Amino acid sequence: MARMNMIEAIRSAMDVKMSQDPDVLVFGEDVGFFGGVFRCTAGLQETHGLHRCFDTPISEGGIMGIAIGMAAAGLRPIAEIQFADYIYPGYDQIASEAARLRYRSNGEFTAPLTIRTPVGGGIYGGQTHSQSPEALFTHISGLKTIIPSNPYDAKGLLITAIEDNDPVLFLEPKRLYNGPFYGDPHAPAVNWSGHDLGEVPEGHYRVEFEKARKIADGDDLTILTYGTMVWVAQAAVNDLEVSADILDLRSLLPLDLESIAESVKKTGRCVILHEATKTSGFGAELMAQVQEHCFYSLEAPIERVTGWDTPYPHAQEWAYFPGPIRVKTAIRKVLEG
Amino acid sequence: MSKKSNQSRLYVPEPPFRPGDKPDYSHIKVPAEMTPPRPDPMCDAHETAAHALGLIRVLRLTGEKEGPWDPNINADTLRAGLRFMMINRAMDERMFNMQRQGKLSFYMKSTGEEAISVAMAMALNDNDMIFPTYRQVGILIARGCPMQDMMCQLLSNKGDALQGKSLPILFSFKDYGFFSVSGNLGTQLIQGVGWGMACAYKGTDDIASVITGEGATAEGDFHYALNFASTYRAPCIINVVNNQWAISSFQGIAAGEGETFAARGTGYGLATLRVDGNDFLAVYAAMQWAAERARRGGGATVIEHFTYRKEGHSTSDDPTKYRPKNDGEVWPFGDPIERLKAHLVKIKEWDDERDEALQKEIADYIRSSYKAAEKLGSMATESGIAPETMFEQVYETIPSHLEAQRAEFMIENARKVGEE
Ligand SMILES: Cc1ncc(C[n+]2csc(CCOP(=O)(O)OP(=O)(O)O)c2C)c(N)n1
Repeated sequence: MARMNMIEAIRSAMDVKMSQDPDVLVFGEDVGFFGGVFRCTAGLQETHGLHRCFDTPISEGGIMGIAIGMAAAGLRPIAEIQFADYIYPGYDQIASEAARLRYRSNGEFTAPLTIRTPVGGGIYGGQTHSQSPEALFTHISGLKTIIPSNPYDAKGLLITAIEDNDPVLFLEPKRLYNGPFYGDPHAPAVNWSGHDLGEVPEGHYRVEFEKARKIADGDDLTILTYGTMVWVAQAAVNDLEVSADILDLRSLLPLDLESIAESVKKTGRCVILHEATKTSGFGAELMAQVQEHCFYSLEAPIERVTGWDTPYPHAQEWAYFPGPIRVKTAIRKVLEG
Repeated sequence: MSKKSNQSRLYVPEPPFRPGDKPDYSHIKVPAEMTPPRPDPMCDAHETAAHALGLIRVLRLTGEKEGPWDPNINADTLRAGLRFMMINRAMDERMFNMQRQGKLSFYMKSTGEEAISVAMAMALNDNDMIFPTYRQVGILIARGCPMQDMMCQLLSNKGDALQGKSLPILFSFKDYGFFSVSGNLGTQLIQGVGWGMACAYKGTDDIASVITGEGATAEGDFHYALNFASTYRAPCIINVVNNQWAISSFQGIAAGEGETFAARGTGYGLATLRVDGNDFLAVYAAMQWAAERARRGGGATVIEHFTYRKEGHSTSDDPTKYRPKNDGEVWPFGDPIERLKAHLVKIKEWDDERDEALQKEIADYIRSSYKAAEKLGSMATESGIAPETMFEQVYETIPSHLEAQRAEFMIENARKVGEE
C-alpha cells in the first residue's frame, strides 16, 4: 500500500496498464513532456516513451477521432480532454461514433477507449473550468460514464475502464484531486494522506462498474450522490448527527440500481445531490428510478439538491455550489416529511 | 442615414446551369498530354502543390494512354477492373429497381464513379483499411465480397451480418478492409487517420485510405484529419470524391470557387494530387503513388478525384429538380467504364464478343445472387431477424438496465404476437 492523492492514483493506473499492455497509450493537450495541466500524466512520457504519451493539437474533435480509429485498430487509447468544459467539439465523435460503432457494425468494429476529463467546480474556474456535463453522456447508449470520489476508487475504476471493451467516459472531480472537500471553502484544505481511501495499492487491481460504494451506513435516510458532493454529504450528515446511508454511485451508467433500491426501501427517505444543473440533470433520472422501484416504501417526497440552472458563475461560486447549508435543509425536510 | 461606402454584397455561389438551361462545358479542356509530371513518391510535399491545380490523366477519351502516370498494369488486371466496374453498375441498376418495387427501403448508386472505388481497392493491399462513404460499393466488389452478402445487408434480412442494425448501403465488412460506414458525414476521416497512426505505432506495413464527398469536406472533421495527418505523418490517403454535387448543392457551396479541393492539403504541408476520376488508370496510378509514399514514411496525400455523379443522390432524390436533365451526358470527361473499354479495344485486349459474354455472365451473377438473397427475407416479406436482437451489441455484455428492458420487450412482444 502507498499513500496517494487522486492525481497520483490516476497516474498510477495509467502507469500500471502501460507497463502491462503495449497497446495502451495516452494522448491529449499538454499531457506529454509537461505531464498535463493537473499533472496526471507527469513522468509517463519519460517512462514509456514519446510515442506512448504524447501531445496533441488543441482539437477535441480530432483527439476523439484518432482515439476511435486507434481503438478500432486494436489499441487501447486513453485520451485526456483538458477540462470537461472543452469536450463539446468532441461530442459528435463520442455520441455518434465511439458509442455506436459496435452497434452499427454488429460487433465487427469496437472502440475500447477511455476518455479522462476533469469536472466540477470549487477551484474558482468560472464558466469554462467548472462544468459537470455527466447527464449529456449518461443519455448516450453504448457509452459508460464513471466518476470516482477518492484515490482508491479512482485507480481501480480507471484500470477497469482501460480494460473495458467499450468506450468509457472517466470524469475526475478536480476539487478532489488533492483531498476530500467537505463543502466549506474557508476551512483549511485537507489532503488525502489522512484518509482511509488515500491508501492505494501500488500494483494492479480493479474496482468493478455498476457497483455503488457505501460511504456511511444508516437507517433514517438515503443520500444518492457522486463526485465532490459525496464528501459534502458526509459532512452534513456528521453535523446533523443523523443516521444515513450515503451511496457514492461511482458508476452512473451502468447504474447500481440494486443497491439504490435496497437502501431506499430500508430508509423510506431519499435525498439526491449533485453539482450539475438541475433541469434534466442526472438527479432527475435517479428520482425517476427511485419512484419506479421504491414508490411504496417512500415516506416523504424525494429531495434534490443541485447546482442552480445557470452557467457556473465566477465570483458567485459558493452561492452556486450546492453546499452544506442547502444539503442540511434538504435532509431536515426529508426527515420531517 | 450613413452612406454605404463599399460595394460588398452577400455573395451566394450558383452552379453554371439549372433546369431548363442548355449545359455547355466546351470551355473545359481535357487533354491527356497536359498531365503534370510524376515526382518521386518521397518528394517534398511542396513539389506537389501544382498537382493540386492540374489534373492527372492517363487515358485519352479515344482510348490511347499517355504520359508519365501510366501505371503499366497488364491486360488481365485491366480486364478485372473493367469487370468489377460493370458488376458495380449492374448491381446498382438491380438494387435501384428493387427499391422501387418496395423490396428495400433505400439505395444509393455510384454510377459514373465506379473507377474510383475499384481502382482504389485494386491499387491498395488487401490489409489496408478503407474508410468509405456510401458510394463505394466497388471496393467490396473488387475485394471479393460475395454479392449475396451485400444484397442481404441491403434487404436487411436474416442473411445480413449486421442484423438490420444499419441503413442499407451503410455496410461494414471488416474481412474486406471496409470500415463500418457511419452515415454521419465526415466523422470517419479523422478516425482513418487514427487507424493509420495505429498501424505506424504497431510497426505494420498497413495504411488507411479515407474517403469523403466534396460536400462533406466542409465538416470540421476534414480539417481535423488533414491537421492530425500532418502533425503525426500518419500513413494514410485522404480522398475527396468531387462528383460536383452534394444532394442538390453544387461543389461551389462546399468550399467557394477559389480553389480546388486537392489544394486544401497544401496549407497543411501534405502531398496533393488531383486526378481525373473517370480515368481508371489515372486513379490507379495516383493511389499507387500515395500508398507508396505513406508506406515509406512520407505521410499522407490528399487526392481529389474529379468526377460527376451521374444519377440522383439516392433513391429519395430527383436531380432534374435542380440541374439540367442532360447535364451528366454533356459532362466532358466521359464514362469510366466506356473509357477503359475503349482502351482495351484499342490495345486489342477486348472485343464485342467478349463484352457480350461478360455482360451475360454479370447479369446471371446479379440475378442469381439476388434470388438467393431475397429468399432470406426483404422489406416486402419478413426480415427474419428476431426483434430482440436490437438489444445486443450496444455493449459487449448486456448491462442490467438493458436486460430489464429486453425482458419487458419480450413480454410485450409475446402479448402482441398472441393478439395477432
Ligand atoms: C453530418 C451530416 N450532415 C448531413 C447529412 C445529410 N446528407 C447525407 S449525404 C449528403 C450530401 C453529401 O455530399 P458529398 O459529401 O458531396 O457526397 P456525395 O453524396 O456527393 O457522394 C448530406 C447533406 C449527413 N448524413 N451527415
